[in-house]
Amino acid sequence: MKLVEHFEHGLDAPICLTWELTYACNLECAHCLSSSGRRDPRELTTEQCEAVIDELQRMQVFYVNIGGGEPTIRPDFWHLLEYAVAHQVGVKFSTNGVRITPERAAFLASTDYVDVQISLDGATAEVNDHVRGPGSFDTALLALRNLRDAGFRDAKISVVCTRHNIGQLDEFQAIADEYAATLRLTRLRPSGRGADVWDELHPLPEQQRELYDWLLAHGDGVLTGDSFFHLAAFGPADGSGALPGLNLCGAGRVVCLIDPVGDVYACPFAIHDQFHAGNLLADGGFKRVWQTSPLFAELRSPQTGGACTKCSHYDACRGGCMAAKFFTGLPLDGPDPECVQGHSELALAGVRTVPAASQDHSKPAPTRNQPVMLQLMTRPLSRPPVGDCAESPLAGFTP
Amino acid sequence: MSTPQLDEPWALAPSVALRPEPFGALAYHFGNRKLIFLKRPELVAVVRGLSCADDVRSALVGAGVPEASWPSYLAALEGLAESDMLRRREVRAA
Ligand code: SF4
Ligand code: SF4
Repeated sequence: MKLVEHFEHGLDAPICLTWELTYACNLECAHCLSSSGRRDPRELTTEQCEAVIDELQRMQVFYVNIGGGEPTIRPDFWHLLEYAVAHQVGVKFSTNGVRITPERAAFLASTDYVDVQISLDGATAEVNDHVRGPGSFDTALLALRNLRDAGFRDAKISVVCTRHNIGQLDEFQAIADEYAATLRLTRLRPSGRGADVWDELHPLPEQQRELYDWLLAHGDGVLTGDSFFHLAAFGPADGSGALPGLNLCGAGRVVCLIDPVGDVYACPFAIHDQFHAGNLLADGGFKRVWQTSPLFAELRSPQTGGACTKCSHYDACRGGCMAAKFFTGLPLDGPDPECVQGHSELALAGVRTVPAASQDHSKPAPTRNQPVMLQLMTRPLSRPPVGDCAESPLAGFTP
Repeated sequence: MSTPQLDEPWALAPSVALRPEPFGALAYHFGNRKLIFLKRPELVAVVRGLSCADDVRSALVGAGVPEASWPSYLAALEGLAESDMLRRREVRAA
């Protein structure tokens, strides 16, 4: 059996586990995958988090990607970080940089097994702050400077690729070089609040090509996770155009998410009842959920490619991202909404029902950190939404 | 960077952990964060056996690897050594 087939059958423990520690956040990014903003009062306590780490250690989950929300906002964040590292669970945490002071940077530089990932969605303040909110570019760059000056090695700069920043890839690389950091490029998925802005932010077809060509030329020094395997279909049908990275959807097989209240989902981009595998408090711990959840068993059983099976690129592209299909209302066994062979265009243009979000932690009223694009987009509630995915057949119809 | 030879003593590097999996094992290096898949149970047995074997040859014999397959196993060990998963051991005083 090839390794990728083993992955499809699932591993005894995940290799890419994300743990969102809190839904609280100082920012309100327009495309937040977890619709974060407010803390959930049922958030796991410090002791419960320690128990999760103990279990990850027993399962030999060697490292965990910690995110949120803004994880550093939790008062016990630094304690949990040290606790994890002391228990052989390495930590890579994502932050907007708000708490990376010179003192914290010095502490981070003194630890082993900790990776820091600063989110930056534009190589200029104009592009970044448009989606992440005013001041967020400066915050991120200050954090990067503090890390560099403290001697922290190889921070990661994590970029969600959008219509507005695909043209800035070289500039992002220049920022990474300036701060001795590594660039990490990820895909904008229509998850969380990302569903609201996906239509206007996801890269245009020619930009997908630009991104693919850039990754072919520079991909070796750039991290992408499982973001872009659907772009492999730009290459020859023999799959030789595949990019470095995980080339399959690992949801529930090698990838998984623990949310702030202990709910376990198949993937960080799939926070929805349909991909909820269980709760580690209610269902006997994480290991039990990972190994016995019926949802995960289903995801690990042989999948059919649906309309994609006829496509000569299926072996490389595998139909793309499950979450992207789900949240755009496309069938899970068909082409990705950003299928580079254009096979989803008809389906996207036709009648489809976009699933309603099953949770939202957004702040009820805008704050001064809210990105401008959201303010622009706010529409009067008296009228139904109008757009490619208008849910009401009467949308936009004024008698 | 040296390459494991049949008559040399080698061992798993101290900061490497092996996690058993249906196909063999995952090797994770806490220092350089590299993750390598050991795709055969026999290779896992060889790697685990290295530290208490006199040399690579006896680890291969101990794991029951037929001599004809030694070159491919040596190549696998070389890959692991390149990622600092394996290190050459000092020979114990007799
Ligand atoms: S659903 Fe998408 S984001 Fe999640 S593991 Fe699959 S490909 Fe990756
Ligand atoms: S049809 Fe399916 S397999 Fe082919 S390129 Fe599109 S998403 Fe990929």
